[in-house]
Amino acid sequence: MKGNFIDNLPKVYGIYTGGFIGFIIIMAIAEQMGMTAKAIGIAFVAFTVFIYALIGWLSRTAQADAYYVAGRQVPTVFNGMATAADWMSGASFVAMAGGIYFKGYGYMALLVGWTGGYVLVASLLAPYLRKFGCYTVPDFIGTRYGGNLARFSAVVVLTVASFTYVTAQINATGTIASVALDIPFQYAVYVGLISILLCSMLGGMRGVTWTQVAQYIVLIIAYLLPVFWISNKMGAGFFPHFMLADEVARIGELEQQFGFVKNAAADLKSVPKGLAGITKAHSAVNATPWAFISLALAMMMGTASLPHVMMRYFTTPSVKAARKSVGWSLFFIFLLYSSAPMLATLSKLSLIDPNLPTGIIGKTFAEVEAIDWYKNWNQANLMFISDFNGNGTLELNEFFMGGKAVVLATPEIAGLPYVISGLVAAGGMAAAMSTADGLILAIANAISHDVYYKIIDPKAETAKRLLVARVLLVIIGFAGATIAAMEIQGILGSVIWAFDFAMSGLFFPLVLGVWWKRANRQGAIAGMLGGLIAGAWYLVWVRTGGSGFLGITQLTFGIFGSAVSLVLMVVVSLMTAEPDKATQKMVDDVRVPSGKSILGKSH
Amino acid sequence: MSNQQKHWEKTRGLLFITLAIWFVFSIGIFLFGAEMNKVTGPFGYPWTYWFTCQGSLGAFVILIFWFANRQEKIDEEFGFSEREDE
Repeated sequence: MKGNFIDNLPKVYGIYTGGFIGFIIIMAIAEQMGMTAKAIGIAFVAFTVFIYALIGWLSRTAQADAYYVAGRQVPTVFNGMATAADWMSGASFVAMAGGIYFKGYGYMALLVGWTGGYVLVASLLAPYLRKFGCYTVPDFIGTRYGGNLARFSAVVVLTVASFTYVTAQINATGTIASVALDIPFQYAVYVGLISILLCSMLGGMRGVTWTQVAQYIVLIIAYLLPVFWISNKMGAGFFPHFMLADEVARIGELEQQFGFVKNAAADLKSVPKGLAGITKAHSAVNATPWAFISLALAMMMGTASLPHVMMRYFTTPSVKAARKSVGWSLFFIFLLYSSAPMLATLSKLSLIDPNLPTGIIGKTFAEVEAIDWYKNWNQANLMFISDFNGNGTLELNEFFMGGKAVVLATPEIAGLPYVISGLVAAGGMAAAMSTADGLILAIANAISHDVYYKIIDPKAETAKRLLVARVLLVIIGFAGATIAAMEIQGILGSVIWAFDFAMSGLFFPLVLGVWWKRANRQGAIAGMLGGLIAGAWYLVWVRTGGSGFLGITQLTFGIFGSAVSLVLMVVVSLMTAEPDKATQKMVDDVRVPSGKSILGKSH
Repeated sequence: MSNQQKHWEKTRGLLFITLAIWFVFSIGIFLFGAEMNKVTGPFGYPWTYWFTCQGSLGAFVILIFWFANRQEKIDEEFGFSEREDE
């Protein structure tokens, strides 16, 4: 191919997408010819991971600029795709539709929060941090406020938030690898980890960027294809997003007809852990305004403080491109997020509507227990039925399902070929891997660049710096995998906590660094450490039986943490001397796109 | 007032407008979620339900592109846009 790599990107990824669709077709034909479901699952995961590793190897680099910020030449649209993959984790892919299925409106605050945050990213931060020319988020804090303590505090907040997040992602890669490759979870976690490191170790940010674009393409095909296929097969509508109003209304009707019967506590004890029944109305408003808004707000401010997202905008060629790139990121995220409620609707209706051939409510227990897919998913511990009232027919309150089953089992329930299930496994793997990549890199870069190079050994050679960065990458990856293997906490809970930690410590120090010239070092340090400690204290307090206040729960503790952070930062800044002239000039320079970046090209 | 101050004043103005629109779609409408959901909205979905599924999400996408274009215009007006070779 002629010309440089960047100019050829549309062609390269066009061929890649065509190749992937070709692979799906080959697998579909192989399935017809008798290839087993297990072999198809293995082929999908192995093939895609091999491609990512290949891209990772081709992107290897020995330059600091390429390793930390992909040489700052990633075009807007491709950076948008990479950010979308970076952003949409295993939780978005596997757990989100399930959450909507069970909890309805109250849960959908996450949809609004995880998209609305990008408005804050675009307007408050991304373009200014791009102009700054930093390699990492603590790099901005350290230079804007000055001093090693400010820099180090930022590294601490970043590490706490990102590490909370990354264990959940490695956990998700392990879960998918263990199902698809049929190996025990404790080993599968390390298989997942090695796949993740293959993408990031040799090429740093450059490797991660180009694998994330490839992963986005896989995950979006894997999510949208089943949604459209199921919708058409059920006759629900050719384009589900615009045509499911009747189905939503029908679910409301059925809910009225069946009623939400509350199960006795003794009966619920027999239900396996992690499975739930449908207890909330599908489309009704079932949360108070504050419960909804506080969760959405916490996720929005957390979005604007999470370093693995912010650092994606350091890779664009210009400030202008950084702004546009945020728009493209959200567009690509929108494609998946707006489909999740549709999948939840289709999944629920196909299970509960007695008029549909797939509906199981109202059937006898013997009939349901004889269905193949029920047997499979019951065995996988994701579905369960029990005749509580002893009348022999299945009622709505006697059917239980795991949250993951909505994405994983619906294709099979709707009667799609197994090749789709293999595709979904590859998509989930891509989603979890891409997020884990970004997070591990964010932590390792912050420690190697900000702690090692800027604080410990400022004279280190590039080769030595990059060696330290890579060693840290492996250490952090293994630490994350070891904790993930212990399975302490669910995927979604720790993801939400990560947002709360990030907003507690970083939101105001970052935003005020650009928008308030008077903000100084003492204020920023107080804001970062005070916010983080206050947030962590609130979380522990509520977890250990504290009552909390103002309706702030363990999922929204960042609201308290960031409020403390804001107050401390303003009060301490005003009580101490204003920043010197050079710093104020720096802030002025950051505010205009033209001119040289604050930090040199290679620093 | 210097050129740069004027530029920043306009930039800040744009920020406030952007955040006001953001506030409406992320917080404002959900203050009245229960009331609004009784009304049938776009494509036949209940209003609040539609906003959480698609409406607010789509509004954010459009808002960011609109903001980026406006900010570019402001930068050009005061001669602060980047040159291609930088």
